[in-house]
Amino acid sequence: MERLEIRLSGFGGQGIVRSGEIIGKAAVLYDGRYATFTQSYGPESRGGAAAAQVAIANDPVELSYPHVIDPSILVVMSQGAYNKYVPGFRRDGLLIVDESLVELDEAADGVEVLGIPATRIAEELGRRIVANVVMLGFLAAVTDIVSPEALRKAVLDSVPKGTEELNARAFEVGFEYGEGVKRETSYDT
Amino acid sequence: MSPASRNGVLSGEFFMLGDIACAEGAICAGCRFFAGYPITPATEVAQRMSERLPLVGGIYIQMEDEMASMNAVLGASWAGVKAMTATSGPGFSLMMENLGLGVMMETPCVLVNVQRGGPSTGLPTLVGQGDMMQARWGSHGDYAIIALSPSSPQELFDLTIHAFNLSETYRAPVLVMTDAEVGHMTEKVVIPPVEEIEVIGRRKPTVPPEEYLPYRVEPGELVPPMAVAGEGYRIHTTGLTHDERGYPATADDTAQWPLVQRLVDKIEKNKDKIIMLEEDGLDDAEVAVVSYGIAARTAIWPVQMARQEGIRVGMLRLVTVWPFPDEEIRDLAGRVEGIVVPEINLGQIVREVERCAAGRTEVLSVPHPGGGIHDPQAVLRAIRRAAGRKAEA
Amino acid sequence: MELKTDGYRLDRTLETHAEAEGLRGEIHGRHPMDDLLRTDRLPHIWCPGCGLGTALTCFLSALLRSGLDLDKVAVVSGIGCTGRVAGYVRLDSFHTTHGRAIPFATGLKLGNPELKVVVFSGDGDLVTIGGNHFIHAARRNMDMTVICVNNFNYGMTGGQAGATTPVGGITTTSPYGNYEYPFSISALAAASGAVYVARWTVLHARRLERSIVEALLKPGFSLVEVIAPCPTGFGRRNRLRQGLDAMHYYHEHGVIQHGADPVKTDIELEGPVIEGKFVDGEKPTFLEQYRRQLDRLRGA
Repeated sequence: MERLEIRLSGFGGQGIVRSGEIIGKAAVLYDGRYATFTQSYGPESRGGAAAAQVAIANDPVELSYPHVIDPSILVVMSQGAYNKYVPGFRRDGLLIVDESLVELDEAADGVEVLGIPATRIAEELGRRIVANVVMLGFLAAVTDIVSPEALRKAVLDSVPKGTEELNARAFEVGFEYGEGVKRETSYDT
Repeated sequence: MSPASRNGVLSGEFFMLGDIACAEGAICAGCRFFAGYPITPATEVAQRMSERLPLVGGIYIQMEDEMASMNAVLGASWAGVKAMTATSGPGFSLMMENLGLGVMMETPCVLVNVQRGGPSTGLPTLVGQGDMMQARWGSHGDYAIIALSPSSPQELFDLTIHAFNLSETYRAPVLVMTDAEVGHMTEKVVIPPVEEIEVIGRRKPTVPPEEYLPYRVEPGELVPPMAVAGEGYRIHTTGLTHDERGYPATADDTAQWPLVQRLVDKIEKNKDKIIMLEEDGLDDAEVAVVSYGIAARTAIWPVQMARQEGIRVGMLRLVTVWPFPDEEIRDLAGRVEGIVVPEINLGQIVREVERCAAGRTEVLSVPHPGGGIHDPQAVLRAIRRAAGRKAEA
Repeated sequence: MELKTDGYRLDRTLETHAEAEGLRGEIHGRHPMDDLLRTDRLPHIWCPGCGLGTALTCFLSALLRSGLDLDKVAVVSGIGCTGRVAGYVRLDSFHTTHGRAIPFATGLKLGNPELKVVVFSGDGDLVTIGGNHFIHAARRNMDMTVICVNNFNYGMTGGQAGATTPVGGITTTSPYGNYEYPFSISALAAASGAVYVARWTVLHARRLERSIVEALLKPGFSLVEVIAPCPTGFGRRNRLRQGLDAMHYYHEHGVIQHGADPVKTDIELEGPVIEGKFVDGEKPTFLEQYRRQLDRLRGA
């Protein structure tokens, strides 16, 4: 089945759910594919565990089962989410972590890991809240779930008015960081 | 039938939450009044309506509870406005009293139930389909009801418009029985250009007030034309058993039977126009999966897997759950060796399937108590069993 | 008589009613209120000595005096003896479920703001089972007039106690005397934000009528509480055997006190009945508030 699954996880208030929505929107509205986005959340809107799941396919029948079952990409932006999702994560998957908030341990053994200090970068940009957009820029560079152009557009039409410039910068910084990481890893192999 | 009002229709492609698609469907259908009470997982319908209605000349009001919400919706409809409410299990229970009033007064309106796991407070954020029998029988007394079951945000949009059209056509409350999974799922939703959205309006009386009887039907008809408040007809309507004038007729033993019979018949005798089914691969099927809403959608994979194993399995999706497609199920039961019914409850619609199958074929329930969707393997196992392939199970 | 049914039509019922109406016309001639009544529904169901006839007459007179366009007046009732009012008035009228007249009326008003919506129902309906709707409509200053006939008990079901039954009152469900504290309907309305609150006994019919006119013309949530005898359900168990006994009681114990503090308007068994206009204030109504918001939105 040609279906791509991604899970984003962290804590409430990081924009995890919004990021999932943006990825789905990019796939549907700008890449012309199909996507199903589902979210899970606790009663707390701040500080509790948050996760967003997106399944993307070219044929909607592939999305008839709406839940993400076995994602090939896992984005982790908190230690709590790391502890919850990494042990069960597939070993041939790609784990992406916010290095400012997550410490790796043996749970990630055998998994390809790419890191970006998204929260620290966001703080340097002046607003910690854009860490998720830094992460989206990074994703656009290091994965091919959606095209970078589609994701860029989806970010810009999802963020609040007046914050476009900041978010565009956050996206580009994340993207460039990802391009750098990609160059490094390709030298390795 | 006429195209939707240009006012407020956001034609275009969206990546949209199911609940929001529901609200947008209502706006497209011409809904200009929403009364509700916040309840997970239906709150986003209310939120969207509170944002949108003031911009399109409508009114949103948050009532003190769901009894009030349902009544306010009926009141608005009797003022001539298309009206809707949205709720989930606990609120649905509270709406049952006045759903009955809507049925009795023959009031067009739409009630959306974004079902969650029950009973009682149950699982506020998680899916269930446990209110399907309540949808049919939840208010006291005998009546018939129309209930639709969407499987995706797009269909939630489409069926909300359709629900308004049915409610106006049959002068009856119509239920959109969606669930937390579809309501809280975000997918592609296409809102067509205004010219392509068909909207049905209310049939008005053609006679002057002195000749008008609010509940008189012409021979061969089952739905009376509807005058509303403020038009000079000086109508009276009541929740009591009433005669053609709308006057209480509780001491008159000739009133109850024709009235209740007509309330039922206007739905049951128009089944061929009301019922919508989606068939796939039933022509040569040995096994049929009969399901609805999210459970039907998650049955698509197991059906495909079973076909790969060589089982001829087809699917009948009930887009309209009430009135129930008795004829179609009876016919199907005569043709297949087994019917599999996955649903997110411990077996509700399966009882209807059994009733219609009447022993002519094996009927297998694939229950789920709510809180999640079916494991495709569970449905696959039931398909295998129905096909008599126990060894492979 | 032969039962003629044509599909779902009920010709026998209609003929019987037409016959009865013709007869009544012959015997009694016409009454000045006939244009406002569904005369084909009379006689009404109310007992001899009941206060509802007076309350209804005061309402209809007030309606005529108000100058309102009668095609734009809608009456909504709930369940109970008073709830039957909607069935007798020749106006757009809605007989809804128990306690729910106010939310139904809310939808009706918001669906067509041109309507003048009047809720006419009883104490059990409006402040016991429907108490939550009552206080919230008052809180919103919802554009409607509520006429609440208070006879201290559930008359239609045979005289049970409710939220207005005075302490000590004997009813069929308080056979040894009621020991729950009752609501003062007027105080409840005032505390909840009603812009107009008045209370009259049916003995004070002219004052009652005048208050109803004021209430009808008052924008926002107005309440007129009507104290009325229920000899069958309440009076005969509480030393007011006949309707006339109640009228004497109102004459002797009615204390007109305009501007009285609504909190001090509790009605005790065999105590005074404070009546008058308690509240007459100004506050933007729900619809005015809504329109203000629309203006702000359009300006923005």
